[in-house]
Amino acid sequence: MTVILNEGDAAGTTGAASGGPVDAAPEPGKAMTRGRLVLIRFMRNKLALVGLLVIIGMYLMAFVGPLLSKWSYDTQDYTAFLEPPYSEHIFGTDKIGTDMFALTMRGLQKSLIIGLLVALISTTVAAIVGAAAGYFLGVADKALMWVVDLLLVLPSFLIIAILSPWFRGKSWFLLVLMLAAFQWMITARIVRGMTLTLKEREFVKAAKFMGQPARKIIAKHIVPNMASLLIIDATINVGSAVLAETGLSYFGFGVQSPDVSLGTLIGGNAESATTFPWLFLFPAGFLVVFVLAVNWVGDGLRDALDPTSTRVRRKEKKDTKEKAA
Amino acid sequence: MTTSELQFDTPSDRVVEGPVLQVEDLHVSFPSESGRVQAVRGLSYHVAPGEVLGIVGESGSGKSVSSLAVMGLLPSSARITGSIKFQGRELIGQNDAELSKIRGRRISMVFQDPLSALTPVFTVGDQIAEAILVHRKVSKQAAAKRAVELLDLVGIPNAAERAKAFPHEFSGGMRQRAVIAMAIANDPDLIIADEPTTALDVTVQAQVLQLLETAQEVTGAGIVIITHDLGVVAGFADRLMVMYAGRAVEKGKVDEIYQQPRMPYTLGLLGSIPRLDVSEKQALVPIKGQPPSLTDLPDGCPFAPRCPMVVDACHTAEPPLMDVDGSVEHAAACIRTNEIAATDAEGAEAAVEIFGAEVAGEPEVAKIPREQREVVLGLDNLVKEYPVNKGVVFKRRVGTVHAVAGISFDIREGETLGLVGESGCGKTTTLMEILNLQKPMGGEISVLGTKSSEVDAKRRFAIRRDMSVVFQDPMASLDPRLTIHDCIAEPMQVHGYSKDEINRRVPELMRLVGLRPEQLSRYPGEFSGGQRQRIGIARALALEPKLVVLDEPVSALDVSIQAGVINLLEELKSKLGLAYLFVAHDLSVVRHIADRVAVMYLGKIIEIGEVNSVFEAPRHPYTQALLSAIPIPDPVKERQRERIILTGDLPSPANPPSGCRFRTRCFLHASLPPEKQRQCIEVEPPREVQAEDHEAACHFAQIRQVL
Repeated sequence: MTVILNEGDAAGTTGAASGGPVDAAPEPGKAMTRGRLVLIRFMRNKLALVGLLVIIGMYLMAFVGPLLSKWSYDTQDYTAFLEPPYSEHIFGTDKIGTDMFALTMRGLQKSLIIGLLVALISTTVAAIVGAAAGYFLGVADKALMWVVDLLLVLPSFLIIAILSPWFRGKSWFLLVLMLAAFQWMITARIVRGMTLTLKEREFVKAAKFMGQPARKIIAKHIVPNMASLLIIDATINVGSAVLAETGLSYFGFGVQSPDVSLGTLIGGNAESATTFPWLFLFPAGFLVVFVLAVNWVGDGLRDALDPTSTRVRRKEKKDTKEKAA
Repeated sequence: MTTSELQFDTPSDRVVEGPVLQVEDLHVSFPSESGRVQAVRGLSYHVAPGEVLGIVGESGSGKSVSSLAVMGLLPSSARITGSIKFQGRELIGQNDAELSKIRGRRISMVFQDPLSALTPVFTVGDQIAEAILVHRKVSKQAAAKRAVELLDLVGIPNAAERAKAFPHEFSGGMRQRAVIAMAIANDPDLIIADEPTTALDVTVQAQVLQLLETAQEVTGAGIVIITHDLGVVAGFADRLMVMYAGRAVEKGKVDEIYQQPRMPYTLGLLGSIPRLDVSEKQALVPIKGQPPSLTDLPDGCPFAPRCPMVVDACHTAEPPLMDVDGSVEHAAACIRTNEIAATDAEGAEAAVEIFGAEVAGEPEVAKIPREQREVVLGLDNLVKEYPVNKGVVFKRRVGTVHAVAGISFDIREGETLGLVGESGCGKTTTLMEILNLQKPMGGEISVLGTKSSEVDAKRRFAIRRDMSVVFQDPMASLDPRLTIHDCIAEPMQVHGYSKDEINRRVPELMRLVGLRPEQLSRYPGEFSGGQRQRIGIARALALEPKLVVLDEPVSALDVSIQAGVINLLEELKSKLGLAYLFVAHDLSVVRHIADRVAVMYLGKIIEIGEVNSVFEAPRHPYTQALLSAIPIPDPVKERQRERIILTGDLPSPANPPSGCRFRTRCFLHASLPPEKQRQCIEVEPPREVQAEDHEAACHFAQIRQVL
């Protein structure tokens, strides 16, 4: 475990270093770009920074970790059944002798990939649908919002559970599509609302009056101006997609064997939680830490991107008090 | 209502001698991402009872912050030092509970935006009553009664009824009246008015200024009026203080400052205002550059980088406020005041001399008689109506808003038409109809001879090349996510220019509008308002249009910057032979820039013609009222002027008055005998030729001098 933490740390420091000087005061006279301002504000939020490091560390670990371990998730060590963590198997082994570290990393890989893809797909769909509905209004808006409302009232868990026999044995990518299909609606509604206000902004009107076609206006002016919302949304969606995936997999509706995910691991080992705790605690612990980190980053991004956030001012007050003391 | 019922003390009852407000060496700073912002740096002033002090300055000069400090309304992150004495009592360091006893009771404030100064969920009467109940032990009924009296005092008709209305049922001017009623509710000794008229139309501005004067008479309070418009305070203030970069740079009696300004900044401000009362082309003085950043001020005079009279000595130390012209009242912070005093010219002319402003020449095409020039834009009886619907599931049409009710005008090559009117008169709707290039609901729009009702999508796209637009808000008109290069290149990309051509033309356009091409890779957020407006103009000119539609292009800019943009527009017009449709509510800007002017009222053009003819001999009562409402930055003239104050607000365009649309507010109509009044009520006056290139729509049109 200590090794892993160090690894995460190393990854984090390099990430921060490439991000440029962190808390350095901007050069006098030079106007601050928005990106720089956001970066400074984000860096000031220590919790979000820790969250970011944890996420980067986990992705690295999930994909690099298995290469460093001599055990693989589909081979068994017949000399060690249900062993607690020790030097040979740092996370212990399960009842057929599979290395828990290799297994957890494999599960983490799948969960993180699914989380990332679902977030990307659902946010993209939300941006396109929301912006189109808000920009064109009329029939397009009515139809798209009808679809949104319909999907919102359908119980997504139930539907995926019912459909799960059908995609058994097929690619896990189908699961990604299913999850994404039920995650974009609320964002799409927010995007539609923002589009309605952006549409009234003069630069959009200016583009319209110079003859720019509608789809280009959406791609060039409307969606980029909602980037902050979309980034925050995508980040938080990663967390909720991982949770949804593990939830489904726990009940056996999500990722199917021989593939493993955090959900199948947690589900499969839940009954051993008290007797052989390492079987349950490692996958569950990773899940909890990951989702927590995602939420911290999401919070930090929102504070950094939102000009009305008060965190900065509170911080400054504290600083001046310290100086005075 | 009798005056005895009002609980105002008479001005002679004053207990405290000496100034009401004494501010000494006030410093205010705020934290920001790039260091502490020194918003106010060593400000001292005083206000005597019954005196009106005007504080003038550009945005960011610290004028609002200093008055918020007096009210104790700054956020807790602000650091305030110095002394603020109200009636001899120190205010700095008092806690909120103590300040609350003074705030609203002895000092009250009128804010800029009357919309956000009132709570939308309570009735106006309740809010005024609340202001009284907080400070006085009176019964609720008594407070409510007094609220009605106050509303009546500030000139709201049917006060008892209107007190039960919610703020959204009030128009902007009425809301500001209600705010003033609230401000005087407790008979304060000091009223701070922070840009009280900036958000209002000119006609309403005149009403509100007059009301503030009444409020001052009734309460005998000292008034601090903060504004960026030197015209507003000319006739109203007794003394004036000009602020720059958080300090007072000049103060003195109003007449002295307007006639003998002794600080180059004040000179520049005076020279940058277009005058309504000057007919020949007057040179406007732009103040170059922009106000300094308050986080990191250089040594020396903060105005030095923008000053035309700068010498080396200016950079060594910041000049203190010194008495000038041997007058104790008049002080300026400049080391070269004597040299300014030595120039023969006075006020604005001195500014033109010192700043070296020039008048742009006439375009070549203007030499051809108007009738022989090509019609660039023609509107023939344009109509635009919006349905008023009711019901959620089954929408029933219950009425029609006649936003534009048949207007006609034409703009010829190389000509500027100013379109003016109060907000809600249909200016913007007209503009959008023109820019949308769709088939109008009624009438016809033709651009360069092509009728918009007959064009297909392809032809419409082609017309867009010849017509471009510059918007009002320079903050909103450029996409913050695109670099300046991309912003200016966008129209050319849309119309299929090659990459090389675009890369050649963009720097050319930047130079044309007076910006450096090296800045092309920057984002709009790094530019000031004036520079952004220039970028907007560069974008509008990218396709070499024949007609540029300008939607209030300077109303969101500070006066000193505004002058630069107006000069640029005039220069471009004469260089490129452009035609402008200039929509504005500021008549002095229109007088300066336009060749012809059209006055709109409730969706109709009521007077149109050559600009000097309309301004000097206005025929329609509405034009006369509009013109008389505009303040002139000259205290002597301003005090002598007779104001026509229009009563009430613009009627709803959903239900316009019969006959002449203006009759409900018309002073001429009110003075007519009943049989003539009937003509106003029954017959809509047609537009009739009054003089050469001058038409007005009034049955009883007569010339009235108002300037």
